[in-house]
Amino acid sequence: MKVLHLITPILFGLTMATAAHAEDKVLRIATEGAFYPGNFTKPDGSLDGFEIELAKDLCTRMKVTCEIAAQDWDGLIPSLNAGKYDAIMASMSITDKRLEVVDFSIPYIRVSLAFATMGDGPLADLPGTGTVVNLDDEAAAGPAIAALHEALKGKTIGAQTATVGVDYLTKAFGGDITLNEYKSAEQSDLDLLAGRVDAVFAGAPILAASLSKPEMKGVKIAGYTLSGSMFGRGAGVAVRKGDDALKTDFNEAIRAAAADGTMSKLFVKWYGIDLTPEWK
Amino acid sequence: MIDLAFLRETFATLVSGVPLTLQLAALSSLLGAIFALLLVWAQVALPSTLGRVARFYIFAFRGTPLLVQLFLIYYGLSQFRPTLSALGLWGLLRDPYWCAVLALMFNTAAYCAEIFRGGLQAVPAGQVEAARAAGFSGFLLFRRIVFPIALRQALPGYGNELVLMVKATSLASTVTLMEITGLAAKAISQSYRAIEVFLVAGALYLVLNVVLVQALGLLERRLMRHLAR
Repeated sequence: MKVLHLITPILFGLTMATAAHAEDKVLRIATEGAFYPGNFTKPDGSLDGFEIELAKDLCTRMKVTCEIAAQDWDGLIPSLNAGKYDAIMASMSITDKRLEVVDFSIPYIRVSLAFATMGDGPLADLPGTGTVVNLDDEAAAGPAIAALHEALKGKTIGAQTATVGVDYLTKAFGGDITLNEYKSAEQSDLDLLAGRVDAVFAGAPILAASLSKPEMKGVKIAGYTLSGSMFGRGAGVAVRKGDDALKTDFNEAIRAAAADGTMSKLFVKWYGIDLTPEWK
Repeated sequence: MIDLAFLRETFATLVSGVPLTLQLAALSSLLGAIFALLLVWAQVALPSTLGRVARFYIFAFRGTPLLVQLFLIYYGLSQFRPTLSALGLWGLLRDPYWCAVLALMFNTAAYCAEIFRGGLQAVPAGQVEAARAAGFSGFLLFRRIVFPIALRQALPGYGNELVLMVKATSLASTVTLMEITGLAAKAISQSYRAIEVFLVAGALYLVLNVVLVQALGLLERRLMRHLAR
């Protein structure tokens, strides 16, 4: 043990040195590898998912060679700042707290919430399926919300407690719906299958993950998908503070991937709906 | 450090959960007591047949956590929805309220059955014999001699079980019911102030149980007034 104590700092120093040395050759991107369908680890150990494919596409656009590695969620930002990686793409939401320690590119996933219902249930025909409504644009959102309101009247909706989803449902539909709050997504999924709730309202990525499970095969996304600044700022690429060149490269590549439709295609492939953000 | 305005606000929120807590406790205790009497009757009247079933029931429900029983009823049974619909039971089991009442009732019945059996078996044989000598028999013997003595002996234990039931209703919050604990959990996830909210929730349960214990004490004193000095 004593020997270990002595050599660990030396080994650590060595890895740091080699890491710094390799920096100008490849761009090292960290992901979590445990958040289907954004990024996940396949049974053979390789990484796959929306963000993995997007990262490869962005790297091609930036004309750099990329290495993508999985890293525990809690260790993502510390190892970015320690120089182990150059960027994080792990469905990481842009928040003020994180902006204190890292910089973010423009968002590449739009925050959006959607309804999941039973394919043969009372809410299977909710209006607006497949359309994303921006709640910040009140003129466009008004009629869509009114249509949803009409269809949801008297129905029971499940949502995860203390989330923006609960806040929004309470604000928009108030007493016209019965709101059941759950601690976790599995609990509300089970109650949807049991018919105790008519729909589950949750983040589109969470629903995409739920729907990929075999038990959930009778469930589908129905009605308008809602997005807006009240739900948050979306997920972006995290880079070290002050790494402005890399940030700008990512921003340009993300805009280009959105402009030529690559992003929409990837979104539809992995999430079933286009969650390309709108930038000013 | 303690924010009085926040405490008041939390108190107002949590008090709205008191009726549901009381309803759950009262209804399940009542149904549970009736069920427990049936379990005791089965053990006394038909010890070799139905009594065995009753003893196994008590063994199973006393030996497993109430939370597990509640989850089995709420999430477990919902997987047999088509069968339950065919039996006409789904309307009841779909509702989290009835799932909670059923779980609480089945659980307390097992404990109460043991309390009642203990009370019954502690009736001194001499008293029963004396009653028989005085010409009592059958139901009259039970109503006038055995039951009053058994009741007095079971009351302290039964009071304990009632207090436990008031607190056990907090588990109903795990199946979406917004009673005191459910509202407290919600308030915490919004404010992140666990100490204040749980203090208020704890105080509410304490008040409910103080009232209950006082009432039980009154009843006990009344039943035991022949022993009062």
